Amino acid sequence: MLAHSVFFYFFSVIAIFSSLMVITSRSTINSVFFLILDFISVGCLFIMVGAEFLGMIILIVYVGAVAVLFLFVVMMLNVAEQKQSWFIGKKSNHIPIGLIVSVLILLELLVVVGGWKFKSDVMSISNLNLSDISNTHQLGLVMYTDYILYFQLAGVILLLSMIGAILLTFRQRKGVKKQSYFNQISRTPSSSIELKDIESNKGVKIDD
Amino acid sequence: MIEIGLGHYLSLGAIIFFLGVIGIFLNRKNVIVILMSIELILLSVNINLISFSIFSGDIVGQIFTMLILTVAAAEAAIGLAIIVIYYRNRGSIRVEDIHGMKG
Repeated sequence: MLAHSVFFYFFSVIAIFSSLMVITSRSTINSVFFLILDFISVGCLFIMVGAEFLGMIILIVYVGAVAVLFLFVVMMLNVAEQKQSWFIGKKSNHIPIGLIVSVLILLELLVVVGGWKFKSDVMSISNLNLSDISNTHQLGLVMYTDYILYFQLAGVILLLSMIGAILLTFRQRKGVKKQSYFNQISRTPSSSIELKDIESNKGVKIDD
Repeated sequence: MIEIGLGHYLSLGAIIFFLGVIGIFLNRKNVIVILMSIELILLSVNINLISFSIFSGDIVGQIFTMLILTVAAAEAAIGLAIIVIYYRNRGSIRVEDIHGMKG
């Protein structure tokens, strides 16, 4: 139990620090890297608490796909020139309002968490039946039977987002040389090859 | 303090949620950081669902965590595509420059 608490504080301090750095660091690329660190530490927390499959999925999907997507977009958009200080200068009258709203939300959440009375047998991690089947097995047993419609709906959402992203960013540029497949396929030897009889000791003049 | 219970995980989720919300308000740089703050918020929701699922011994919370993860990935893809076409049209994704609707 000591190791559990030590690892919990380690990873959660890293997670809180890196999420603080995500929102306050100057350049966007540093924010993306701290976001990756945040995902990794929260994934380690998930693995530690017993949700191994979702921890691995966090590592694969968030770190491997979403954060790399952020990196690609930051790389494409030339946001380095937009790096600027965010407190100084501009009239930003919604920062104190934002601070008030955020602190209120945090206080409400902490009051709810602190004032919650749990059942004593709910609170312990030891009543989980972890011995006979693994976490992935449990998840698969429930997900493919009771929640199969939600699972397929998630697939439909992913398909729609893929179609939407392609459709949004697709553009046809002018002046780009493309292959014309129809012209290439419909060539015949008679239309593209010309045979010449060349007399000896004379050249041939090809008009081109 | 030593005994890590459900309250610790919920507090961690609350703090990360708070940081995500404050990141949306505080941000003056570009829209990509706002999308990253939304990812932080969804991550804190995932922490809450998984900790309740583990500490109450019910697997359904992890199912919904997977669904939230799907929605987060889809949202990031669509949001980044919108940012890319906005940058292509306007040449800037700073938050102050996005005032086309005068809102």
